[in-house]
Amino acid sequence: MLGLIASIPYWAQSLLRVLGGIVAVLLPAGTIVYVFLFKMMSFMQSRLGPMEAGPFGSLQLFAEVGKWLQKEDLYPERADRFIFKIAPLIVLSSTFLLVAVVPFGPDAWFTDFEAGVFYALAVSSVSVLGILIAGWSSANKYSLLGGLRAAGQLIAYELPMVLAVIGVVIQAGTMNLQQIVVAQNAGSIFGWDGLGNPYILTQFVGFIIFMIAVQAELTQTPFDMPIAESELVSGYMTEYSGFRFLIFFIGEFATAGVFALIASILFLGGWGVPFAWFGWTSIDSVDNWMNVVGPLIMFTKMMLLVFVIMWVRFSYPRFREDQLQRFAWKVLIPLSLVNIMATSVLKVAF
Amino acid sequence: MVAQNIAFGIVAAIMVWGALRVVTVNNVVHAALWLVLVLAGAAAQYVILAAEFIAITQVLVYIGAVMVLFLFGTMLTRARIGAERELNNKSWWLGVPSAGLLLGVLTLALVSGFGDEELPKDAAIVSTEQISDQIFGPYLLPFWALSFVLLVAVIGAIVLARKD
Repeated sequence: MLGLIASIPYWAQSLLRVLGGIVAVLLPAGTIVYVFLFKMMSFMQSRLGPMEAGPFGSLQLFAEVGKWLQKEDLYPERADRFIFKIAPLIVLSSTFLLVAVVPFGPDAWFTDFEAGVFYALAVSSVSVLGILIAGWSSANKYSLLGGLRAAGQLIAYELPMVLAVIGVVIQAGTMNLQQIVVAQNAGSIFGWDGLGNPYILTQFVGFIIFMIAVQAELTQTPFDMPIAESELVSGYMTEYSGFRFLIFFIGEFATAGVFALIASILFLGGWGVPFAWFGWTSIDSVDNWMNVVGPLIMFTKMMLLVFVIMWVRFSYPRFREDQLQRFAWKVLIPLSLVNIMATSVLKVAF
Repeated sequence: MVAQNIAFGIVAAIMVWGALRVVTVNNVVHAALWLVLVLAGAAAQYVILAAEFIAITQVLVYIGAVMVLFLFGTMLTRARIGAERELNNKSWWLGVPSAGLLLGVLTLALVSGFGDEELPKDAAIVSTEQISDQIFGPYLLPFWALSFVLLVAVIGAIVLARKD
């Protein structure tokens, strides 16, 4: 297990990890935009979507990126120029930092943080900063309102997200994402180990709360108050064009992908298959081919979860601001606290 | 420990520069962003000291929550773009002696407390488990006291925010 990784020199490992990180952010983002935003939304609305560029419009994305890259880098005259320019980069860098803890296989990880989940929650909260200053520096009332709404919403929904994760952490007994994966796949349901013990079964409430919070953190409809087109033009992104808008756009969908990856690790067993299938007992006995199959399993689970996120996005109308806040503080947070209590009582009892 | 010392020096220099900018720039939001730099520097120092958990907590609490609330508050009330002339408090010079006093007390405490003690050559990463064992063991009473302080703050916030 560890032999494979030790046989590669350190600099090559680091290079591979950096390249892998870039692929792990950009590939899901591109796939999500094409498969869900272009095609699925079109089919749900009885149209074909892009059809001209490439077979079934599959090269449309490259056309769009090319269009954005050749646009002029505009900024409003009264904007705070430096902050206006770095704001999208803060948002995107939080996504890249986020993917650093996601394990894709027994050896295919970027960093093996002991406090992995905690780190993920911490760096994901940094993107709020980027959104806030993007809204402020645009020197535009719509942008400022969008930024403020985004901050209020992201603060409110970060809490249930953290609290929902605590249930999983209690059950797995660790915050390390790799060990959470192992705990699920090496586990058993009342002695039957044909499925492992994916936490979606025992932590179903936590899973639902986590996915709702993810939906809100990504500001996808029904939680798209911050960019509500019909009232705020496009919220904190109103003044952005060209490649800075592209960065926001990539950030939005890449973060959707990374959050889906984290959700699949926490609740769906991550890269693993139930260890009992192949007679593995611990992470050290997992075969090397899992480093290739693992990322594919992760990708499949990610697409499944993003499908749910997008399905909700295209199906439901927008929450009003007060409904949105009330839902977080009066429903989700108490529910997740109850979930934590029930989990810890059951953990001690069993 | 040479590499750590160099890294400490660089990060500390950035932090001092950032802290000076916090009090000298003439725009509220810029000051808040310089403060973010200082707090991120503190997180980096914790990482250099192999205190992973505390570093992450620093990012989550100070950058992700406190600074966002700072910015949220200033943007809701007044945060104009461009320089503001009357941003400086009239009694700003009072801060200089109190900062000096704090520096003196901290230096005294550190020197008399640790003296020539050195960190172990390869500092072991403090695990989350060790931290929680400490909090829920010997430090249980202070932990409870802190929880009560927070509870009081929460209740106070509700009382202040209620309309009736």
